[in-house]
Amino acid sequence: MKHVKTMNTSMLKNTMAKGGCGECQTSCQSACKTSCTVANQACENR
Amino acid sequence: MIHKFSMNGVNVVIDVFSGAVHVADDIMYDIVDAYESGNRDDIHKAFDGKYQPKELDETMDELDSLRAEDMLYSKDIYENVLDFIDAREPVVKALCLHIAHDCNLKCKYCFAEEGEYHGHRALMSSEVGRAAIDFLIKNSGKRRNLEVDFFGGEPLMNFDVVKDIVEYGRQQEKIYDKNFRFTITTNGVLLNDDILEYINKNMHNVVISLDGRKEINDMMRPRAGGQGSYDLIVPKFQKLAESRNQTDYYIRGTFTRHNLDFSKDVLHMADLGFKQISVEPVVGSDDTDYAIREEDIPAVCKEYEKLAAELYERHKKGGKEDFNFFHFNIDLKGGPCVVKRLVGCGSGTEYLSVTPEGKLYPCHQFVGLEGFEMGSVFDGLKNFELRDKFSKCNVYAKEECGKCWARFYCSGGCAANAYQLEGDILKPYKIGCELQRKRVECAIMIKAKEFQEAD
Repeated sequence: MKHVKTMNTSMLKNTMAKGGCGECQTSCQSACKTSCTVANQACENR
Repeated sequence: MIHKFSMNGVNVVIDVFSGAVHVADDIMYDIVDAYESGNRDDIHKAFDGKYQPKELDETMDELDSLRAEDMLYSKDIYENVLDFIDAREPVVKALCLHIAHDCNLKCKYCFAEEGEYHGHRALMSSEVGRAAIDFLIKNSGKRRNLEVDFFGGEPLMNFDVVKDIVEYGRQQEKIYDKNFRFTITTNGVLLNDDILEYINKNMHNVVISLDGRKEINDMMRPRAGGQGSYDLIVPKFQKLAESRNQTDYYIRGTFTRHNLDFSKDVLHMADLGFKQISVEPVVGSDDTDYAIREEDIPAVCKEYEKLAAELYERHKKGGKEDFNFFHFNIDLKGGPCVVKRLVGCGSGTEYLSVTPEGKLYPCHQFVGLEGFEMGSVFDGLKNFELRDKFSKCNVYAKEECGKCWARFYCSGGCAANAYQLEGDILKPYKIGCELQRKRVECAIMIKAKEFQEAD
């Protein structure tokens, strides 16, 4: 496409089917434990 | 729902519910929100004179094709995921062990009241630590990966107990087919070669604390006698970072309204040779002199932009000056599943804190707060009402998150900050939200610039 380029094709909805196993790292969201976002976490089930 | 922003010469359009992230030219960026209705006549009228009709049609063709692929203007389909979350067996998979309610620094912003946590000075015994391991295994159901964080106060003030708990955990994980990941957070004052060697052998991750430039660090992180901590800890931290091959650690700092130019502190740590850096805004109420106030938000956001632009340049150049800033890390192609994104940290449910006496709290920030005690490692969980309240604390339960484009990146923020500053675990801390949104934009900007370059 000329006016837009998509950076990612892996869609959030595709994670509904197999998600929720809970094996991933706990993501503390307070400022004292250095894990303020979950978006950079790795999935342990992929 | 879409969100668009322009930063450092790149236009980004995020489709919130699909998670698709697009880099747009100016015309697409201009019309993308107005075209959600799909009405071409409206767009031609609104942008008449600014763009040629042919150009507008061509751009709208592209937007239509993204819409058809469900990568733009997609709908929220995740609320039913909550039923799945509710149906899950409640398990505990991570514990924060308060090894020492005591500290050898007197950090001015300490939420733990310089280690005492609204109580008195205390050290955890091996008996409590071992009971915590037993409690975790017993309550972990089928989860295999279990986390134990040694926290304080300052955990090195009670390091023999840390070692005993690790040894016990390693024995028990074999028996019960679990995999313990131990982590530790330290201010470095008592760090020596023996402790360093032990940490490198046994700890999955280490968080070390430094606020950046000497004058900034020493102002907020003095030692018990009032002298600064920088000169004592920096050489030890440099050694630790190198001995871990510059991975699996974070050097983390806190910025306050006394150093709103905190990008200098981040770059100072990078210049000291640290490659894994995290610096976060202090959380505090307006009655302190150091808290970030609403009026500081524009300055902080500008500083984040400045830091992101510099980090992008350093990534591009590579080599000695490059580093990783934790809060600009983002995985757009993978990352956690939507369930994880809706529930966040799991405090009060999957994640609990243990006091030196063995009492359970929803997380380290709630320790000692009235009404938040949940049971003990000896008697198990008792306060199921409180656990239910925390288990229902997710993005859909928070009115503010319902309006926010960043909800799947942030997961609803910190429950403790919400409670401390807004009085309710379901009301996200407003200043924290503003800054979180900015950090996500900065993270995506860096990715978008790199994507443009590779294209």
